[in-house]
Amino acid sequence: MRYSGSALSVNGVTKRFGGLVAVDNMEFSVGEHEMVGIIGPNGSGKTTMMNMISGTFKPTSGSISMMGSRISDLPAQEITRRGVGRTFQLVRLLPSLSVLENVIAGAVFGHRKRWGREAEDHAHRMLERVGMDAMSYAPVSSLTYIDQKRVELARVLAGDPEILLLDEWLAGLNPTELETGIELIHDLRKEGRTVILVEHVMDAIRSLCDRCVVMSSGVKIAEGSPDVVLSDPEVIRAYLGDDDA
Amino acid sequence: MSRSGFKELAIAACLAILAGFVPLVFNNYWLSISVTAMMYIALCTSWVMFSGPTHYISLASGAFFGIGGYLVATGMSDYQMSFWLMAGISALVATILAGLIGAATLRLSGVYFVIFTLGLAEMIRNLVSWVQNNFLGSRGLYVLTDFTEAHIYWMLLVLAAAAYFLGWYINRSRLGFALRIIGNDETVARHVGINTATAKIVLFMTTGFFGALVGAVIAPRYSYIEPNQVFSPELSFMVVIMALLGGAGRLWGPIVGVIPFTLVWEYVSLQFPNQTTMFIGLIFLLIVFVLPNGIVGRLEQVAVKIRQGGH
Ligand SMILES: Nc1ncnc2c1ncn2[C@@H]1O[C@H](COP(=O)(O)OP(=O)(O)O)[C@@H](O)[C@H]1O
Ligand SMILES: [Mg+2]
Repeated sequence: MRYSGSALSVNGVTKRFGGLVAVDNMEFSVGEHEMVGIIGPNGSGKTTMMNMISGTFKPTSGSISMMGSRISDLPAQEITRRGVGRTFQLVRLLPSLSVLENVIAGAVFGHRKRWGREAEDHAHRMLERVGMDAMSYAPVSSLTYIDQKRVELARVLAGDPEILLLDEWLAGLNPTELETGIELIHDLRKEGRTVILVEHVMDAIRSLCDRCVVMSSGVKIAEGSPDVVLSDPEVIRAYLGDDDA
Repeated sequence: MSRSGFKELAIAACLAILAGFVPLVFNNYWLSISVTAMMYIALCTSWVMFSGPTHYISLASGAFFGIGGYLVATGMSDYQMSFWLMAGISALVATILAGLIGAATLRLSGVYFVIFTLGLAEMIRNLVSWVQNNFLGSRGLYVLTDFTEAHIYWMLLVLAAAAYFLGWYINRSRLGFALRIIGNDETVARHVGINTATAKIVLFMTTGFFGALVGAVIAPRYSYIEPNQVFSPELSFMVVIMALLGGAGRLWGPIVGVIPFTLVWEYVSLQFPNQTTMFIGLIFLLIVFVLPNGIVGRLEQVAVKIRQGGH
């Protein structure tokens, strides 16, 4: 594959789990400073796609490249070091570490490596950025759901990722929290970060994404600007069909 | 954070110096018990360095210990090698072996690792017996040195102190931080950029290193060694029980676990020589139901209560 100027390109990627084809010949690319949404009904393979980009799973076939070089053969830690950072659909914090240590964890081994005082200061800055610095020394178990999500985001940002993957980062938030959450992602957009986000919240997708890729049963069924894609009859059918089932 | 780290190290150093006087103060009976205790303190401390943060239960202590004892015995007995050389070689062999075992099993889930290490001592014992019977002629090996019980004690003390210091140093390093993250969530560890396999393998190699050295140092105590006897799976279980009794969450856990255990063990095996297995069972129940985080965990709980009560 020649480097076509995109930050990330997914080329004919398929993932099988036994007999189930979770992702089927997916093809899309993400430009630098672009915010791309992956949408689609539950079980359509969005998380599996994210997992393959971040290296949790290897594709059964096809390849994924970052800045023109292939990353789909690399283990997750190597992909992280190249500059891909992710959050998990179900938040994953490190329960026996403090909030600050959770964020330091992202700063020490990642894309840019820091240690000691420098890592600590950097972690404080990231916590401040997501509005959580006051909770630095709290145990993780005392946090509300949105606060856990914010800490996880701070951990990912602490690694200075070139590409950010957010898997349903806004899910499970109440209306006020949702507002805070959307604002946070808006800030990331203003910083010109390259982001792929999986979302169900349509308002968020409309206001945040430059472009959307729509998946259904592992297949890409549409791609384009949010407004165009969300009024596409096939997309509407995919969503409604899912609701009827 | 760093200040309390140095305080902990200073306390450990004072304890080590005090422990150095044991052979000068105690009679032979108590010295012999102290040697056993010091041997387990060294083994358990290096066990806790790996198993504490990663939560992988290693049953390989007996195998590494056996490599130390056997190589010292066979080298001195059959090839007139010096004790020191053979101790060094055994540490090297066990470290490499630990690296290979780690590379083969630590990428898999913890269960495979436990089962593999469980069979390891037995496997090496059979291999050694087979080589001994077919190529070297089977006979016992003599380890004749000028070491007294006190010398052995001091060497073990040095090993225990070295293991403690290394553990303390690692805890403060990136590697130690990586291990804590791995112990919490291995998936997250990989996604923050940690090479989890390498971190675990390196730590496991340190247990191989210390296990073999302890086995080597203790060999002169027995003068006569059957290759069959030094590879004992029992020792692996003793290490796990004492480390868990003390508490695997802290580096000093083994010290507060080994000492009471050895004392009670001495009493039990004198008074009820046929009930030692039952005693181990009871200790195990005690750990599971009363002290899940060991004596250390309970002490820390009490400390927190006292602090809260004081306010
Ligand atoms: N680790 C796995 N093993 C087996 N099947 C899986 C695994 N992960 C996901 N799947 C299956 O793949 C399909 C797509 O799942 P997922 O990617 O989580 O969808 P989405 O994130 O779009 O809701 C589902 O049918 C799911 O059951
Ligand atoms: Mg999902």
